[in-house]
Amino acid sequence: MKVILKNLTKKFPNRNKKIKEDVIAVDNFDFEIPDGKLIGLLGPSGCGKSTTLNMISGLEKPTSGRIFFGDDDVTDLPAEHRGVGLVFQNYALYPHLTVRQNIIFPLQNLKGDKKMTKEAMDAKADEVAGLVQISEYMDRRPSELSGGQQQRVAIARALVKTPRVLLLDEPLSNLDARLRLQTREEIKRIQRETGVTTIFVTHDQEEAMSISDMIVVMKDGRLMQMDKPQQVYDDPQNFFVAKFLGTPAINTFDGTVKGEKLYIGDSAVLDVPGVKDGDVYVGIRPEGFIPDKNGPLECDLSAVEVMGRDTSIVSSHPAMTVVAIRSIILSEDRPPADLTKVRFSLKPYKVLLFDKETEKRIYFDIK
Amino acid sequence: MSKLKSLKGWLYLLPAILFLGFFMVYPLIDVVMYSFEEGYNFASQSHFGYGLYNFKYVLHDPYFLQAVKNTFIIVIITVPLSTGIALLISLGLNSIKPLKELFQTVYFLPYVTNTLAVGLVFMILFKKTAYSEGLVNLLLNSLGMSSVDFIDGPYWAKIFVMCFYTIWVVMPFKILILTSALAGVKKDYYNAARVDGTSKFRIFYKITLPMISPMIFYLVITGFIGAFKAYSDEVAIFGTNLNAAGMNTIVGYVYDMLYGNSGGYPSYASAASLILFAIVFTITVINLLISKKNVQY
Repeated sequence: MKVILKNLTKKFPNRNKKIKEDVIAVDNFDFEIPDGKLIGLLGPSGCGKSTTLNMISGLEKPTSGRIFFGDDDVTDLPAEHRGVGLVFQNYALYPHLTVRQNIIFPLQNLKGDKKMTKEAMDAKADEVAGLVQISEYMDRRPSELSGGQQQRVAIARALVKTPRVLLLDEPLSNLDARLRLQTREEIKRIQRETGVTTIFVTHDQEEAMSISDMIVVMKDGRLMQMDKPQQVYDDPQNFFVAKFLGTPAINTFDGTVKGEKLYIGDSAVLDVPGVKDGDVYVGIRPEGFIPDKNGPLECDLSAVEVMGRDTSIVSSHPAMTVVAIRSIILSEDRPPADLTKVRFSLKPYKVLLFDKETEKRIYFDIK
Repeated sequence: MSKLKSLKGWLYLLPAILFLGFFMVYPLIDVVMYSFEEGYNFASQSHFGYGLYNFKYVLHDPYFLQAVKNTFIIVIITVPLSTGIALLISLGLNSIKPLKELFQTVYFLPYVTNTLAVGLVFMILFKKTAYSEGLVNLLLNSLGMSSVDFIDGPYWAKIFVMCFYTIWVVMPFKILILTSALAGVKKDYYNAARVDGTSKFRIFYKITLPMISPMIFYLVITGFIGAFKAYSDEVAIFGTNLNAAGMNTIVGYVYDMLYGNSGGYPSYASAASLILFAIVFTITVINLLISKKNVQY
């Protein structure tokens, strides 16, 4: 089921009653989620991800704008008639019911000709339990399960009604690191097997990058970029997206363009054909630096760190706007340790320029 | 070393042990002793021997049987009714937003009001005197019904006033406990149920009720115990001569046996209070067994 959000806006009255202006949680949101995909809503805390999810589920009413599932306008439909499955951050499993009772709970709500017999409900519950691999725990109570198992039960409960859209709110944040890795693969597998359009909310970029078909990056209630994960990383459309994605984070500098050449400090570091003169923000990915005795960018060397297969050089430069420049290099390029200065040349496609006013990306031709 | 240490421990415990010993354990043993002492003479503080005569006497005393009947009626009517109404009011309080705090305060007021003051108000409402009919009777008259003497009239009228009063007095505490129990149910459960299209009644029956069931059982158990010990409320409405009004309770009977007009019989009083203890104990055990079966998390 395709999900389309049209000019979706949500305003909340300010908590501080003296301030009359509303808080805008979601601002004019506009995007289309293709059918059967796994979509990650990514952004820092308080950027409106969960509010967006709640509006799709029907738990919150949008202030303005429309929501479509396929061709149906569901904006005014209450949550129970939208056919969504929702998994809560803390799972919200009913503690007094067994796993089986939890899973068939939504089925028992069905009325009229949709009403199911007890056998049919049990069969359906067994089916989804098999899918999320919790068949052996059907008679336990949620408190007797581990966090990961509870998560699966919550997903099973959301899936049992064969929803049109599956929504997951921070599905992995209550799990420890190892379980998180395992569970995110599980979510991807379950989504593949059911083919249900799935939207999940996360503030963890690695989570979003690793399992989503598409990432929606949000900031302050606004859509920053929507693309395939690698695309968002390689080709960010604005400065925020560039800074938000990537570990280690992108290195940023104040730069100037003069005569189609990019200057960082006083040295021309790169040819940037087609870019107008003026001040710019420069972002260089850690893997964009090549140690080069004759390279144009000279930095003060602070440390060389070897961690497993990665060697990184920590250095500084007067024009940088980060705490330290971190570059990841091949170990054979490691500079001798007694140096105090290190010189780099740059990989042009790892250098990103942004307008100082609008923070939008400035593209240049790569020779 | 270890001996000294344990001696020190006992030393610290001594004040509590002495206190509890003098004021709890000794009187308890004494009550049991009294209840078996036959032919106790208050003036000479002497008795003939030990036996079950006191129990036999109490169990055949029509005043005691009346008191047991009254107490049971009050318990059976007021405990379920007050808990049920308190639950309804708490649900209402929980679902409104404006003026919630005002209503909470209003509902809590009876709890901090003096029993006798409340009794006086009930007198004004229900008592029929030479000068006035009482407010409730005026209301009945305006509806075309004849006056009822609620305080000195028929038994059912007196029981009605008594139960009305008891429910009114015990409800604030229950509302307080239940509103906080309801507020403690996580919103996510309701949201999850809403997304799944659960009807309001089913949400209440399948989610809210089980979630707050430990608190409900707590209220029922303490409610039973409290209602069995009822006495002051009866005095507040019917005055100190409860036997004459036919509205005595078990605790009232115990008091009368000790200090009332027919007082000076600590043996009968002890026997009656032991019988009360046995009743309360049995009912509490039954309650706990039921709650263990139904409150399962």
